Amino acid sequence: MRLELAGITKRFGSLVANDGVDLVVEPGEIHCLLGENGAGKTTLMNVLFGLLRHDAGEIRVDGETVEFADPGDAVRRGIGMVHQHFMLVPVFTVAENVVLGFEPTRRAGFLDRRRARADVARLSAEFGLEVEPDAVVESLPVGIQQRVEILKALQRDAQLLILDEPTAVLTPQEIQALFGIMRSLAAAGRSILFITHKLKEVMAVADRITVMRLGRVVGTARPEETNEADLAAMMVGRSVELVVRKAPARPGRDVLELSGLTVVDERGVTVVDHVDLRVRAGEIVALAGVQGNGQTELAEAITGLRPVTSGSVRVDGLDLTNATPRQVIRAGVAHVPEDRQGDGLVSGMTIAENLILDVYDQRPYARLGSLDLGEVRRQAERKLVDFDIRAASPTVPVGTLSGGNQQKVVVARELSRPVKLLVASQPTRGLDVGSIEYVHRRIVEERDAGAAVLIVSSELDEVLALGDRIAVMFRGRITGVVAPGTGRERIGLLMAGMEEADLPPSAEGEDGAVTALDLT
Amino acid sequence: MSSSPIALSPAALGAPDRRLVSLGRVRGMGVFLVLLGVITLFGLSLSIPPSEHAQFLLTAPPAVSVPPLSMPVRWVNVPLAVLCAALGALLIARGRRRGTYLIFGAGTVAFLWAFLAWAARGGTLNFEQLLAETLVETTPLVFGSLSGVMCERSGVINIAIEGQFLAGAFLGAMIGSATGNLWLGALAGGFAGGLFGALLAFLSLRYGADQIIVGILIDAFCLGLTNFLLAQVLTPDQTTLNSPSTFSPVAIPLLSKIPIVGPVLFDQNVFVYLAAVLLVVVNVALFSTRWGLRVRAVGEHPKAAETVGIHVLAVRYRNVILGGVIAGLGGASFTIGSVGQFSSDMSSGLGYVALAAMIFGRWRPLGALGAALLFGFSVSLQSFLAVLNVGIPSPFLAMAPYVITIAVVSGLVGRVRPPGADGVPYRRD
Repeated sequence: MRLELAGITKRFGSLVANDGVDLVVEPGEIHCLLGENGAGKTTLMNVLFGLLRHDAGEIRVDGETVEFADPGDAVRRGIGMVHQHFMLVPVFTVAENVVLGFEPTRRAGFLDRRRARADVARLSAEFGLEVEPDAVVESLPVGIQQRVEILKALQRDAQLLILDEPTAVLTPQEIQALFGIMRSLAAAGRSILFITHKLKEVMAVADRITVMRLGRVVGTARPEETNEADLAAMMVGRSVELVVRKAPARPGRDVLELSGLTVVDERGVTVVDHVDLRVRAGEIVALAGVQGNGQTELAEAITGLRPVTSGSVRVDGLDLTNATPRQVIRAGVAHVPEDRQGDGLVSGMTIAENLILDVYDQRPYARLGSLDLGEVRRQAERKLVDFDIRAASPTVPVGTLSGGNQQKVVVARELSRPVKLLVASQPTRGLDVGSIEYVHRRIVEERDAGAAVLIVSSELDEVLALGDRIAVMFRGRITGVVAPGTGRERIGLLMAGMEEADLPPSAEGEDGAVTALDLT
Repeated sequence: MSSSPIALSPAALGAPDRRLVSLGRVRGMGVFLVLLGVITLFGLSLSIPPSEHAQFLLTAPPAVSVPPLSMPVRWVNVPLAVLCAALGALLIARGRRRGTYLIFGAGTVAFLWAFLAWAARGGTLNFEQLLAETLVETTPLVFGSLSGVMCERSGVINIAIEGQFLAGAFLGAMIGSATGNLWLGALAGGFAGGLFGALLAFLSLRYGADQIIVGILIDAFCLGLTNFLLAQVLTPDQTTLNSPSTFSPVAIPLLSKIPIVGPVLFDQNVFVYLAAVLLVVVNVALFSTRWGLRVRAVGEHPKAAETVGIHVLAVRYRNVILGGVIAGLGGASFTIGSVGQFSSDMSSGLGYVALAAMIFGRWRPLGALGAALLFGFSVSLQSFLAVLNVGIPSPFLAMAPYVITIAVVSGLVGRVRPPGADGVPYRRD
C-alpha cells in the first residue's frame, strides 16, 4: 500500500498537535517516524487510524482520498495498528483475540473455532510468527503478546502496519526478533510505519526516516545518509550531548544492604524473590530488566511503600525492614518514584507545597503547629532557580507543568535534604532531552557527593550510561550483577532469565564500553 | 546478533494449571469431610438407639410409585459417616488432581443423607417434597443470576435485580389479573424489568453514573413504588387487579413418570421450564457464539473491542436491557408462578442472593445454578427442619440458608475474578 498524508493538521484548543504534516510510506517500506514525547507522533497515528478527526489535510491510500470515521473504516482500508498498550483481551486465547470482530462462524452465529485456529496457524506459518493458538494471552510473555497483536492486524489483511513504540516492553533479543518479523513483512510487500524515539533502533531497521518536532515534520533521511547525532539534533532542535560525563566511581562503605529480601504482592505472587544486593556510598547501581519483573516492587519495599514478606533492608547500618515511609525519609533515603503524577506529586497542590511534602512538619517551615507560608515561598523561589524549574511562580499547581518540570520538582524535593541513599525509578521516563541531561547530571552529582544511588530503569541505554554496576532482574530474582562494559547481548540474556553462572565467561567490553546515551 | 530462543520460550513461564483446585483448598475440603464424618459418627449415629427408624417418602404423582424407604438410623449412618471421612482422607492423600469436586460432592451427599435420616428419626420425611421445594426456591434465583450474568459479562454491575424482581412481580400480577391472561402477565413482568434495566443502562452508560449507586437507588425506588401502588391501586380493587391465577404445572409425557426425579423436574409450571431453557441458551450463547465472544470482550477490555469495530455501548445497552427483562420474568414467577398475589416486598432480598449466586458461580450460568440450588436446598431444608422439630431454635434455622451458602460456597470457590471491566464506565477518548 502507498500511504500519503498531506498537510494533516490537528488542533486541541489552542494547541496545534499536528501542523501541516506530510508523510509518504511506499509499498514494502519500513518507515520510521522519529520524535520526542509530545512531538505529535501519537496524535498523527490516531488520526490515521480513525480515532481522531483531523482539522485540515488529507489521507490518501493508493492515490485515493479516504475519510476514516472510526477504526473499523481504517481496518477495512487495510490499515492495521499495533498499539503501545496491547489491545488484547487477557482471558481470551490467542485464536479468540485474533478473530475478535471478524469471527468465522457456522450456522446461527456459532463460532467456528477450528477455522479460527487454522487461520492463526496459517498466518503464523506465512510470516514466521510462531505462537500457540490455544494459549491464554495473559499467560504469554509480552514479546509473544505483541506477535498476537501483529497477527490480529494481518488476519484483517492489513497492507500497512502501524507499530506504536513497540520495543518499550521487550528484551534486546525480543527486539531483534521483532525486527526480523518487520523485515519479512516488508519483503512480502506490506508497508510498515514504525514509531519510536530510539535512535539505535531507527538506524538498525528503517528504510526511510521522518523526524517530527513540535507537531511538524522537520526532516526526512535514509539511515545510510545520516547518523545518530544528526538525527538527535533534528529531533531536539539543537546539538545534543549523547554521553553522560562521569568520573570513575570511588565507592566507600556499604550503605544499602538487602539480604534475602522477599515481597509477596496482594495477589499472592512472589514479586521479589530473595534478593541480596549492596549499594556502596559513591556508586550508582543500575537495576535493569524488562518492566514488570519486580523492580518497582523492590524500590517500593526499600522506601517503605510496600510490606516486606521476609528478609531485611538496612540503610547505613540501620534496620529499615517494614519501616514507615517517614522513618525511611528520616534515615536519609530520597526516592524518585516511577509514577511522578500518582506517587511523586499532588498535582492539584502548588509547587511550593509539593516541595515541602516531606518536611512540612519541621523547622523552618512549621512553627507551633502552623506553617510559615512566607518561608515556604522563599525556599520554593530559591529551588526554582537552583533546579532550573521553569514555572511562572511557585504558587501555580504542579499539575500544570510539563513532565520535565514536574520531575524536576520531585528531584528538587528529594535532594533538598541530606541524602545517604537515592532510589530513583525510571527517573527520565517521558522527559524531553534537556530534562534527561539535567536529571542525569544531578544523579551523578549526588553520587560524587558520597550518596549511594540505586537507579531502576527499563531503558537499557540509560542503565549502561549511568550504572557503575548493573544488576539485572528477572521474575523477582537478580540474575546477575555485571560491569557497565558488558555487552548488550549478555545483559539481554540475563533480562530473559538466564543466570550469570550459566553464561560463558565474557571478554571484558565485548561490544565496546557503551556509554553513549540514546536520548531515551 | 542472533535471536535467542530463551527470551521467547513460553515454557519459561511455568504457569500453573488453572483448571485444578489449589492444594490448600483440596486439603481444606478433605479435613472438612473428615470432620463431618466424625460429627456424623458420634453426633448422628452412635447417640441414636439401635431400634430407631426413619422413613423417607419417595413418591409423588404422576411418577411411577416406589415404596417409602425405611432405614434403621444408626446402622445406616455409621457406614455413611465412615464413607464421608474416608472420602475426606482420599482427598488429602490425592492432592491436586482432577475430580476433586466430584469426591467432595459425594462426601457431602453422604453427610446430608445421614443428617436427614437423623432428623427424621422416629418419623417420616417427605423427600420428594423437599426436592420439589428446593426447585421452587431456586427458580427465581436462576432468573436473577442470569440477569446478573448478562449485565456483568458486558461490564455493567446490575445490583438492581431486586428492584427488577419487584417491578416484574407487581406488573405481572396486575396485568395477569386485569386481563385474565397469564401470558400477558408474564410479558408485562419482563417489560417492567426491562424498563428498569433500561434506566440503569441509560444512567450508567450515558452519564457514567456509579452503577452500584444507581442500582441501589432503583431497588429502593421499586420497593417504594410497588408498596405505594399496592396500597393505592391494587388493594382497593383486590379482586380485579391483584388476584391473578397461577400457571399450573405441565407434565411432560413419559419423563414426568420417572420415579423420584420425574415430578420434580418434569411436572412444573412454565417458569421452571423457561428458567431451564434460558440457562442453557445463555450458557451456550455466551461461550460458543460470536455474540458471546463480543459480549465478553466488551466486559473484559472494552477498548480492545472498540479497536476491532465492536460498538461497546450498544453491546452494553442491549445486554443490560435484556438482563432486566430476564429479572422481570423472574419477578413475575413470584406472583403468577406460585403465590397468585402481589404482596409488599415479596422478593425479600432474593435479588441480592441471586447476585451473590452469580458471583459464587464465577459469572457463569451453570456455576450460578449450583450456588442457587445450594441456597434453595438450604431454604427448603430449613422449613422441613422447623416442622420436624429437631430442637434447633427457629431464628437460627432461618439464618441457616445464608450461613450455609456463604460458608460452603466461599470455602469451595475461593477467590473469584470478575470480568476485567466490570463496573467501569467506558469513554471513547
